[in-house]
Amino acid sequence: MENILTVSHSPHIAGKDTVRSIMLDVIIALLPALIAGCIIFGLRALVVTAVCVLSCVIAEYIWNKLLKKDNTCGDLSAVVTGMLLAYNMPASIPLWMTVIGSVFAIIVVKQFFGGLGHNFMNPALAARAFLLASWALAMTTWYPVGTTLPIFSAPDAVSSATPLAAYAAGDTAKYSYLTLFLGNYGGCIGETSALALLLGAAYLIVKRVIRIRVPLIYIATVAVGTWLFADSNGIGSGDWLYQILSGGLILGACFMATDYTTTPTTPKGQIIFALGCGIITVLIRVWGGYPEGVSYSILLMNIATPLIDKFTAPKRYGYVKSKKEAA
Amino acid sequence: MKTFHGGIHPGDHKEATNKKEIVNLTPPSELIFPLSQHIGAPSKPCVNIGDTVCMGQKIAEADGFVSANIHSSVSGKVKAIEKRLHPNGLPTMSIVIENDGLDTEAAPIEGYGEDYEKKSPKEIINIIKEAGIVGMGGATFPTHVKLSVPDEAKIDYVIINGAECEPYLTSDHRAMLETPNEIIGGLLVLMHIFGLKDGYIGVENNKTDAIAVLEKEAALVKDKNIHIVTLKTKYPQGAEKQLINAVCGRKMAPGTLPWQVGCIVNNIDTCASTYRAVVKGTPLTTRIVTLGGSALKNPMNYKVRIGTPFSYVVEQSGGLSEPAEKVLMGGPMMGLSVPNMDVPVIKGTSGILALPAKEAKLDKESPCIRCAKCVYVCPMSLQPNLLDSAARLHDIDKLKKLNVTDCIECGSCAFVCPSKRRQVQQIKIAKVKLREIAQRAKA
Repeated sequence: MENILTVSHSPHIAGKDTVRSIMLDVIIALLPALIAGCIIFGLRALVVTAVCVLSCVIAEYIWNKLLKKDNTCGDLSAVVTGMLLAYNMPASIPLWMTVIGSVFAIIVVKQFFGGLGHNFMNPALAARAFLLASWALAMTTWYPVGTTLPIFSAPDAVSSATPLAAYAAGDTAKYSYLTLFLGNYGGCIGETSALALLLGAAYLIVKRVIRIRVPLIYIATVAVGTWLFADSNGIGSGDWLYQILSGGLILGACFMATDYTTTPTTPKGQIIFALGCGIITVLIRVWGGYPEGVSYSILLMNIATPLIDKFTAPKRYGYVKSKKEAA
Repeated sequence: MKTFHGGIHPGDHKEATNKKEIVNLTPPSELIFPLSQHIGAPSKPCVNIGDTVCMGQKIAEADGFVSANIHSSVSGKVKAIEKRLHPNGLPTMSIVIENDGLDTEAAPIEGYGEDYEKKSPKEIINIIKEAGIVGMGGATFPTHVKLSVPDEAKIDYVIINGAECEPYLTSDHRAMLETPNEIIGGLLVLMHIFGLKDGYIGVENNKTDAIAVLEKEAALVKDKNIHIVTLKTKYPQGAEKQLINAVCGRKMAPGTLPWQVGCIVNNIDTCASTYRAVVKGTPLTTRIVTLGGSALKNPMNYKVRIGTPFSYVVEQSGGLSEPAEKVLMGGPMMGLSVPNMDVPVIKGTSGILALPAKEAKLDKESPCIRCAKCVYVCPMSLQPNLLDSAARLHDIDKLKKLNVTDCIECGSCAFVCPSKRRQVQQIKIAKVKLREIAQRAKA
């Protein structure tokens, strides 16, 4: 028995989770919403998603090559970014814009700050905000469900108001709760079907990829806030169910406010983060000039994350604040 | 069910050995006794090369208070006193004894007997010290030091640690099943030292058979109450602070010792050894070792003479089924990987695990994705993600602020990490650096 053995530090066993397996779970959880998007908006939803994913992966690959870094495409995080970005765009968006958005998400938002784990904003949301600022019309043109969307040109139809814009205009009769729950209305590719998104979120919770607290608190805060304030008839008459079922709330709460890198790591911090997202969303939706508010509220709370983490560090085990220490 | 906050559920791999009875392993022809088998000063040899020794004879003496005696586990001749490889990888002064195969017994420890209740705590602790008993769960802190609490201490909980939360290990489990009388007897001795009527044994609920056996045995005790506390199966349930918290709800403040919350915790095998020393007069010369891992042909539970080389234990069991790439002393979560199989079983060897190449492979580290899984599982409420990065940046102030010294190195963070980062290794290096800085400041 003269042979030398491998010596390493404990622990000598490890759990099965890898970055890749977690990202794969997120991709699986995002698939129902993609299927719903294809049913509602047609094949172009799939084309937009595919272009986004491909551009993100290629952008990441080229960046790594240029900087002579290890290829990180295998961790699948670029795929998730691409899918989320596509889900935040209307199916009618020109394809070249999706490419610009994807490159912005991966290169500027993610890689400029050090790549996976170091970006301080959600790449997909930051890219969406960038596109919205640059091409507001294309990003907010919603064709009615059933409009045939040609792949390379704009369709010949009149755009429709989203449920939230209709709500802001005081016209909610057009959409039933069931329509909103199933997602059969004009909106972004992946945001309209609450059913599909909740299915995916349930999968992530069961697989323990995410904890239920952030989506739950975020959605509950928006529900309470809009019930209280979202109607001019007075406090407590807002249609909260309409509010939480429409717009990007469920997509944002389940898939973007739960992003690991850009949200707090402490349990207390996550609760504050979710509350903050909810409050800002309500502020924007009720008093802002813009009917939707999810992406900006998450982006704003992303920026507050380091601060939240700092102030919510867990108390060390057995720590008791004694009088002597307090003095 | 009683438990603590945080922790993980690694696969327990205990089914390979938890039904196998403890087998007495015949000793090899040569045994190695490192002079440092415990925390504290190495012992001083009290035999010379060429001396004839008996089984149970003291061959090295405690050098100072925090140190421990060492006894020969066989009879024979002192062959050498030289540097041999210790399981920790360092060449360590060791006494090498050639076994004559006769097992000629030395005189038992003075003052032993069934009537220990007539003796003072000091006298009993002296017997324990004489027997060279140390914490056999792996930490190997001398038991007599642990039991010598300051006068102002008021101990109201004596807890025996039967959690055995490390995967693979079944040595404590088997001891509870096969020698419950020694364990309860040892607990009664410890209770007597602190003048207590109540004693506690914490066992994880994956060992229901052991709980049943212990409860039956505990019912036989008159005048005193032995409580078998069922604990949730979760790693690290057997860590001292977590066990105390689970059994009696008390939390040890940072930097304190168990007696400061009125508790004394001892391992199962330590407790049984205490019984054998105080009641039977036998010093610590054997221990129960689980032999496991998927590179082995026949996983076993052995009662092994201390000083037996790992290679001999493995050969006796029938050898390896495939080459071992990594061999561990202790469990896979906190155990030590040994440099080669010539190292001997020492007082803290609870298990020998042989892992084949595919299980010994080190995963490539990737950047932290801030998933916070380590924060959720840390039983000490630390932030391993931040400790890891601060340690890599040598940021001493940050490490102190993050309470790096609180870390019990249980490895839960590294186990759950999807990026496969080696937080414990970094924290351990950081602790050494902090100690060096403190020593330099003193000098």
